Amino acid sequence: MSINKKIIPMPLRYIINAVLFGAFLYIMNHIISSGIISKYYSGVISLIGIYIILAVSLNVATGYLGQLPLGHAGFMVIGAYTSAIIMKSVAAGSTGVAFPFALLAGGILAGVFGLIIGIPALRLRGDYLAILTLGFGEIIRVILLNIDNVLGFTLTNGAAGLQKIPKTTTFLITFICVGITIFAIHTLMKSRHGRAILSIRENEIAAEACGINTTYYKTLGFVVSAFFAGIAGGLFAGYIGILSPSDFGFMKSIEILVMVVLGGMGSMIGSVLSATVLTALPELLRSFERYRMVVYSLILVIVMIFKPSGLFGTYDFSLNSLLDKLILLFKGKRKNGQKNNEIKEGAEK
Amino acid sequence: MNMSLIISQLINGLQSGSVYALIALGYSMVYGIIMLLNFAHGDIIMVGAYVAWLAMVNFALNPILAIILAIAACVLLGVVIEKVAYTPLRSSPRISLLITAIGVSFLLQNLAQLVFGAGSQRVPAMISGPSLTIAGQYVSFTAMITIVISVVSMLLLTLLVQKSKMGKAMRAVSEDMGAAQLMGISVNRTISFTFAVGSALAGIGSVLYCCAYPQASPTMGSMLGIKAFIAAVLGGIGSIPGAMIGGFCIGLAEAIISAVGLSVWKDGVVFAILIIVLVFKPTGILGKTMTEKV
Repeated sequence: MSINKKIIPMPLRYIINAVLFGAFLYIMNHIISSGIISKYYSGVISLIGIYIILAVSLNVATGYLGQLPLGHAGFMVIGAYTSAIIMKSVAAGSTGVAFPFALLAGGILAGVFGLIIGIPALRLRGDYLAILTLGFGEIIRVILLNIDNVLGFTLTNGAAGLQKIPKTTTFLITFICVGITIFAIHTLMKSRHGRAILSIRENEIAAEACGINTTYYKTLGFVVSAFFAGIAGGLFAGYIGILSPSDFGFMKSIEILVMVVLGGMGSMIGSVLSATVLTALPELLRSFERYRMVVYSLILVIVMIFKPSGLFGTYDFSLNSLLDKLILLFKGKRKNGQKNNEIKEGAEK
Repeated sequence: MNMSLIISQLINGLQSGSVYALIALGYSMVYGIIMLLNFAHGDIIMVGAYVAWLAMVNFALNPILAIILAIAACVLLGVVIEKVAYTPLRSSPRISLLITAIGVSFLLQNLAQLVFGAGSQRVPAMISGPSLTIAGQYVSFTAMITIVISVVSMLLLTLLVQKSKMGKAMRAVSEDMGAAQLMGISVNRTISFTFAVGSALAGIGSVLYCCAYPQASPTMGSMLGIKAFIAAVLGGIGSIPGAMIGGFCIGLAEAIISAVGLSVWKDGVVFAILIIVLVFKPTGILGKTMTEKV
């Protein structure tokens, strides 16, 4: 009997997960709206959701595709500005309706930029790709700072940034986005396309020799990563209410990278957990703030030297596989029990 | 725009270009030998600037001693970083090495911020001398000395790499680490030596940079380092004259952009140069084409 055999059939597995996730959303939403958790903590929870999206999306490019883009904050800032500009222009009454569309627009624009930068960048590898994406992130920042002077109208507001963005990011919409992101990336990675992406990480030349269109799949991974970073940026804009280009520098990209590296490159659960811990910890320990970046950089070095695979390696948690194993264990015990009884009965006879 | 303004901007460009060139050499050498983009290289410069500042302001040492101390600190730091952070990872994938380098760079930046504060410190003038007037054009002493020192360093480095025994070992290790080891070359010592030389150049660069912009701040190294790396890529990674040419090109490009009044776009243009070079000629101006090994 193989362990890999799925006892719970396929649609049921999705239904179990969907129901559990729905219950989680409902209960948490109820707790937050009834005011059991203070507004500050519910804000922190939304921020955790945003960072989960960022870490999981960076994980596509870093963990699954095996590249090292250092411009993730650049995609995030594109999504944030797009969404914020749309939200500022819609009427005050309809912000709730417009928000999902603004998010989507931000994500799509970030994805388009991912494509534009991805096609030249992905012809390069390793260090060159890292420095190129870093450069791209910086160019975005310089453009956002100066575009108004060139175009002659007020769009990004230069160094002062955008202010009074409607604060439309709630717990519910953040975690619905988290759910969609994780589901989409999970199903992508389990599909034929996902396996192609993984094969590029393992050995690009071998993958190419097997007939995998590496350029296409690298670009695909890059665009998916950028798209979800844009969504997270839009959520961040609606969460924080003020945007300025200087918040989205190289530092921000590294913060997200730390989350992915600590959790384990290529592990979804690792990204989710380390994003949660690394976002919650500085918020809960305010005095820790001064040492935060020192600790982050130490984490990077120490994890790389002592456990380069991160805390979880490429392990991925699956509730249904766990259930499968439990059912197997349970069934096995019962069968053993029956056998024992039969033997006993035989002996008595 | 009058002629003398253009010439003075060109001299500024050459001055900052020679600093870029010195730093670019460090990147180029390290990249040539262990294929690592040493992100921490820029922050070594920052530490050098702080050491010079400490020596001159807090301990009131004389400038020559401060310069020697700054260079020595850079060399020591470079070798320590190599031993502690990069040596354990020599056989791991390059992405791990790169992440470690980023980690070390951020560690240095944030430690400096913790120790010296986020603000910048004024570094007193270390080099002073008479300024010259060549053909009616005022040239400051620091600009001259910067250009001269960087050209001399470059020549000495070329001699070191081409003529000395250690240079031969460096070239052998960068060609094929395993084969070099089989020939009896101590790979570890050669790599440490490369880091030491690169860091010494960074130390000189740091002193010269402080002459041009007399400030030390925790983040001064990151942009400087990245621009120097761009210079190294533009000139061709692994090539000494290439680093020089790349450094001068970047310095001059910046000066020209500032001169036409677009200085806010300076960083953007430098990165655009990088992207154009990487897309159209990834080997740079003087680089060798490297074939990919399976």
